[in-house]
Amino acid sequence: MPTLRINGAARTVAAEDDIPLLWVLRDELRLTGTKFGCGIAQCGACTVHIDGRAARSCVTPAAALQGREVVTIEGVSGDVARVVQDAWRRLDVAQCGYCQSGQIMSAIALLSEIRRPSDADIDAAMTGNVCRCATYVRIRAAIHEAARTLGG
Amino acid sequence: MLTRRRFLKTTALASATLLLGFRLDGRPAAAAEGLAPDAFVRIAPDNTVTIVGKHIEMGQGSHTGLATILAEELDADWSQIRVEAAPADAERYNNLFWGPMQGTGGSTAMANSWEQMRRAGATARAMLVEAAAREWGVPASEVTVDRGVVSHAPSGRRATFGELASKAAALTPPAQVTLKDPKDFKLVGKDLRRVDGRAKTDGSAQFTLDFALPGMLTALIARPPRFGATVTSFDATAARRVKGVTHVVQVPAGVAVVATSFWAARKGREALRVTWNESRAETRGSDDLYAAYRTLAGRPGTPARREGDVEGALRGAAKVLEAVYEFPYLAHAPMEPLDAVVRIGADGCDLWAGSQIPTVDQQVVARVVGLPASKVRVHTLLAGGSFGRRATPNGDVAGEAAAVAKAIGGDKAVKLVWTREDDIQGGRYRPLYVHRLRAGLDGQGNIVGWEHRIVGQSILKGTPFEPMLVKNGVDGTSVEGAANLPYAVANIAVDLHTTDVGVPVLWWRSVGSTHTAYSTETFLDELAHAAGRDPLEIRRALLTKHPRHLATLNLAAEKAGWGQPLPAGRARGIAVHESFNSVVAQVAEVSLRPDGLPKVERVVCAVDCGTAINPDVVRAQMEGGIGYGLAGALWSEVTLTQGRVQQRNFDGYRPLRIGEMPAVEVHIVPSGAAPTGVGEPGVPPLAPAVANALFHLNGQRVRRLPFARLAPAGTRTS
Repeated sequence: MPTLRINGAARTVAAEDDIPLLWVLRDELRLTGTKFGCGIAQCGACTVHIDGRAARSCVTPAAALQGREVVTIEGVSGDVARVVQDAWRRLDVAQCGYCQSGQIMSAIALLSEIRRPSDADIDAAMTGNVCRCATYVRIRAAIHEAARTLGG
Repeated sequence: MLTRRRFLKTTALASATLLLGFRLDGRPAAAAEGLAPDAFVRIAPDNTVTIVGKHIEMGQGSHTGLATILAEELDADWSQIRVEAAPADAERYNNLFWGPMQGTGGSTAMANSWEQMRRAGATARAMLVEAAAREWGVPASEVTVDRGVVSHAPSGRRATFGELASKAAALTPPAQVTLKDPKDFKLVGKDLRRVDGRAKTDGSAQFTLDFALPGMLTALIARPPRFGATVTSFDATAARRVKGVTHVVQVPAGVAVVATSFWAARKGREALRVTWNESRAETRGSDDLYAAYRTLAGRPGTPARREGDVEGALRGAAKVLEAVYEFPYLAHAPMEPLDAVVRIGADGCDLWAGSQIPTVDQQVVARVVGLPASKVRVHTLLAGGSFGRRATPNGDVAGEAAAVAKAIGGDKAVKLVWTREDDIQGGRYRPLYVHRLRAGLDGQGNIVGWEHRIVGQSILKGTPFEPMLVKNGVDGTSVEGAANLPYAVANIAVDLHTTDVGVPVLWWRSVGSTHTAYSTETFLDELAHAAGRDPLEIRRALLTKHPRHLATLNLAAEKAGWGQPLPAGRARGIAVHESFNSVVAQVAEVSLRPDGLPKVERVVCAVDCGTAINPDVVRAQMEGGIGYGLAGALWSEVTLTQGRVQQRNFDGYRPLRIGEMPAVEVHIVPSGAAPTGVGEPGVPPLAPAVANALFHLNGQRVRRLPFARLAPAGTRTS
């Protein structure tokens, strides 16, 4: 029974054998902001931060995360997170909204690493996050807007 | 102390409330707490205004739009508005364009609700005004309302909606109300923020997949390898050994593995062994269907439109062009996999789902469980996309959940989930079609005859919609966009061959226009080229009797700088199409990727959707429609080989990714007309506009979709 740090708190979970982090979050801890979209790391709806980096929780075995720091959309905090979520709201990026937790987690990870991402940086960081509503125009615009805000 | 007499009285009242649920006049029983003049709005003493959304919110902004219309006539403040989903009720929450059925689809949410929600808002406003007038002893004509505050200027009195709600609730709703002059609109036409924007950015928005009940079980169904196959037998020994698996039961859709968690259900399903009877399964592949359809396309079908003498016109033409188009099966692939939760209880049954047709689901669940429909309570949740997939005329997903809940004995709630593999492989696709077009030009480059033949499955055959939408053997959804071709051509014939294939099909965002816009708008481009005419000019010349088309086309062309020079390696293509009573024109600016596939750099889009209730939502729907249309045109295809679907997940059924999304510019044609659709009409013009641009870059006319066929896997760059 591994103990993970999830959103700042130590959580001992009944993660057995190969269960991916996604299903520990959703079914065991009831943190349902992290979504199931494909199960094979092709869509990014399940994106969380592991030690500050974007990771696909649907293919990450929970048992391998002993002692690692996991942050989900419910627990994400700090200036970058706030600015990104604000930009998402101001531009009304979300349509159905199902993929947006993952989009936002990827965007926060990107902006935490690169404060002024180019379009190419955005393409590279966000290419694993699929949006079937195709809100991509606004995702790009919101990342640029968040970058401007963070740049002061 | 509670006396026996008082106890009896209290429980009797409570029972009456519970049993009635709603008063006979349609007012919710809970109205005593505040003002609820009808089924669409409740004003509470805490000053919140709750709007009951009869249409599902699946991303298209329906909750925001419905709230805007009602709040406009109510003169509410946008910050006091809440939206909740209506329960299933075909009487009160009927789609006014569909008959007695509650449903969201065909881009009708705003159009059918426009008058209804305006009246609901105006009624509530009139009651608040009357309550204030009586309270203050002033004439109602002197009472005004602005942003949620009711005022009487001469006396300086003011009150919030919440303060007046209970007094207003005692009044009889007025029989007649006066609606605003549109010039006085304060909310309609403004870029209000969406009502669901916050919950969709902090993880709190609840979709069906997120919904849970104590003790709820999760079910996955092992589904047949080919459409039409049935279960012969199954061996559940290994599946039952998986920790967490509680039941393995046969249901009409296959064999359900039920477990305490998704992961256990998934592992259980992997361990399950099923023997299938494929004797009646569909065993044809896509190539077999294309070949059969091409043969059919050479013969006349059932007429959908016939004007003049096409054969004669083509015989006498100076030049005749012919083209055959192939369109594959397409999966909708909404981001939230298909799902539904069913709980069978002593007092009826509950369904939690994000369904586009909740009253159909209600009836289906009732039939499966063996209850009257009135005993099935439907709780509509947000849907994580749909694009038509959650609008099944047979309520497939809800019915499966009910079948599993019943099969395990009905004592536990069951969440039925389709994995992505189930979704891509499990059918209900946009049908595969073949089109054959022939047209003739005279010596001056005028189109003298137009013949359009469509071959494919009917979406509506065998569904409750059939009597309404299949006329004289023609399924309207097979030929829409073709049979109503707007261009002025004297001799025109459109006909249809409806095929019988065992692959389940369904409407896919913009339905018939997903294919008819492509064939008509690219073929017209071919004719323009053959006649030496400009693609914009020929459309203008043929649309003189269609002012909406013309104005929309002109706006897109002007904003795109049609005819002005472009950087080397770029070309423009244009298309215009009417669907769901809206007209959309798009100009695509395209370059070539090294592998020969089109890269769409920019799309300029013009839309006439009548009154734009929320212009920013209209823009968002055009952006999204362009992206959805581009995904379909560029990458999407479900192919069958000997009846087996070849794609499994997003690796094989490739979605559009951010780097492939063009810049989009949306221009809305100013209009005072009643609102028309926006959810679907952004899709149809995109693919033909791109194809028409591509022709100018490489001289190729793409007649087999998707474009990805131009560059076989292994040769692709990005």
